[in-house]
Amino acid sequence: MEKRYFQKEIETMSVEEIKKLQSEKLVKQVKHVYENVEYYRSLMDEKGVKPEDIKGIEDLHKLPFLSKADLRDAYPYGLLAKPLDECVRIQSTSGTTGRRVIAFYTQKDIDLWEDCCARAIVAAGGTNKDVCQVAYGYGLFTGGPGLNGGSHRVGCLTLPMSSGNTERQIQFMMDLSATIICCTPSYAAYIGETLKEQGYTPDQIPLKAGIFGAEAWTEEMRQNIQETLGIKAYDIYGLTETSGPGVAFECEEQTGMHINEDHFLAEIIDPDTGEVLPEGTKGELVFTALDKEAFPLLRYRTRDICVLTRKPCSCGRTHIKMSKPMGRSDDMMIIRGVNVFPSQIETVLLQEGYQPNYQIIVDRKNNTDTFDVNVEMNPDQFTDTVGALTALEKSLAGAMKTMLGINPAVHLVPPKSIARSEGKAVRVIDKRKLV
Amino acid sequence: MSLKQLTIFVENKQGTLVDITDALAKNDINIRALSIADTQDFGILRLIVTDYDKAEKTLTEEGYLVKCTEVVGVKIGDAPGKLSSALDVLDKEGINMEYLYAFMSRTEKHAYVVLRVADNAHAEKALEDAGFHLISDADINKL
Repeated sequence: MEKRYFQKEIETMSVEEIKKLQSEKLVKQVKHVYENVEYYRSLMDEKGVKPEDIKGIEDLHKLPFLSKADLRDAYPYGLLAKPLDECVRIQSTSGTTGRRVIAFYTQKDIDLWEDCCARAIVAAGGTNKDVCQVAYGYGLFTGGPGLNGGSHRVGCLTLPMSSGNTERQIQFMMDLSATIICCTPSYAAYIGETLKEQGYTPDQIPLKAGIFGAEAWTEEMRQNIQETLGIKAYDIYGLTETSGPGVAFECEEQTGMHINEDHFLAEIIDPDTGEVLPEGTKGELVFTALDKEAFPLLRYRTRDICVLTRKPCSCGRTHIKMSKPMGRSDDMMIIRGVNVFPSQIETVLLQEGYQPNYQIIVDRKNNTDTFDVNVEMNPDQFTDTVGALTALEKSLAGAMKTMLGINPAVHLVPPKSIARSEGKAVRVIDKRKLV
Repeated sequence: MSLKQLTIFVENKQGTLVDITDALAKNDINIRALSIADTQDFGILRLIVTDYDKAEKTLTEEGYLVKCTEVVGVKIGDAPGKLSSALDVLDKEGINMEYLYAFMSRTEKHAYVVLRVADNAHAEKALEDAGFHLISDADINKL
């Protein structure tokens, strides 16, 4: 099969060329930021680093980090590097983990962001013959606008559905034979369940590929979605702070996401010491935006834990690959002293034959953490005796204990009673008031 | 001979039972017998209704998780010792019982027992051989 790329010369350039390009862009970007962003200039001055000290990517480690806390401190204009009259749009985070982050874009910023999304769609097999259903939320959330723009660039017939209204999603999908769907993995799973309930088999569903991101999902969930919808499911990565989805995307190998290295320079650091770790080591992902004009974050700590590898890829792309994030340091809960990631719960549910719809409730009573997991019952397992249902709860709690090392209280709840994600699913409710 | 029991998963939440009984009432469905089993987390509501198919359709459309359970319905005399004699039959045959509940007829002076056992066919044969009269879905409206 002929290999297809959206921007072949960039996506397949040699590693030496990529690094040379990154070095040139970094030198210019540091100068741009130093001159225009007072907040970052003070951080550099504090560290005693001048723009002329940065001669290439080998000097990247000299620059100070930015974290989500900096973004909150600098809210709303503190990290803006262009006059507002050159900016054409904002996007914003959901603000679920604290104060909202607002990111600004010039037209050029939007162009490069949409190019990144277009690369992802082409890597998932998209062409101008495809019908691309964008079921990410539109608006402040970057998911909808990003993939919408990418889909236009590829020339797909774009269905700007936004999220929710599942009946309407299915109607458009069927009536217009959508071939690609872009949404959160949990929403894809939900659409899949609904199609199944309505009696559709995978071969009756016109979709061939899905591009899913914006929340953590596991390999088991990928298998589940692929089987229910009869598609190949591709991962996509990004965050509002760095533009949105499309910072990295999967190719047909499905073995990690190629980072768009011409625009984003990635590092892995030790989250405790800030020390840069060698390729292939697990650590916190840090991004430096090389081309962004309005909101150019340098050494932004994503809190995502992953591994970078630069092995030759059968797809022909040369850009470095990041593993699926193994958890976010801010998603991680410490319950009774044990590290718990929601993705571990999801893995257990899928292994045990449940839909990955759950809610974790953590509280503290009598100085001990309580750990409850509400799980939607699988309708096939419903029976008329209490004993059988309690046994299901116990067996699920046992499987979670094996995975996590601590014992949750599992509660079965009716199917579809846990709120589904319009944007991102609320998986964890932590009621502990820890000062 | 079969009797269909409507089994409903009930969330442990205020108002759920009212919503279920309301939905049945609006569709003119009469509840002839009921039993509920509950834990801290959830309840299992079991109903014998006048129109099983309509009740199942109504509650499914309302979004409830429902299931059909085949149970055994036995007519017993309304006098001391009658239930005991029916249960004796099952005991002698070694038939295990999960649960039971009873209701009275409006028209005749009889009690009826709904039995949930591991092996319906076995229980039905044993009870009939011992002279008990079994009831089916068709009988529910007439009782």
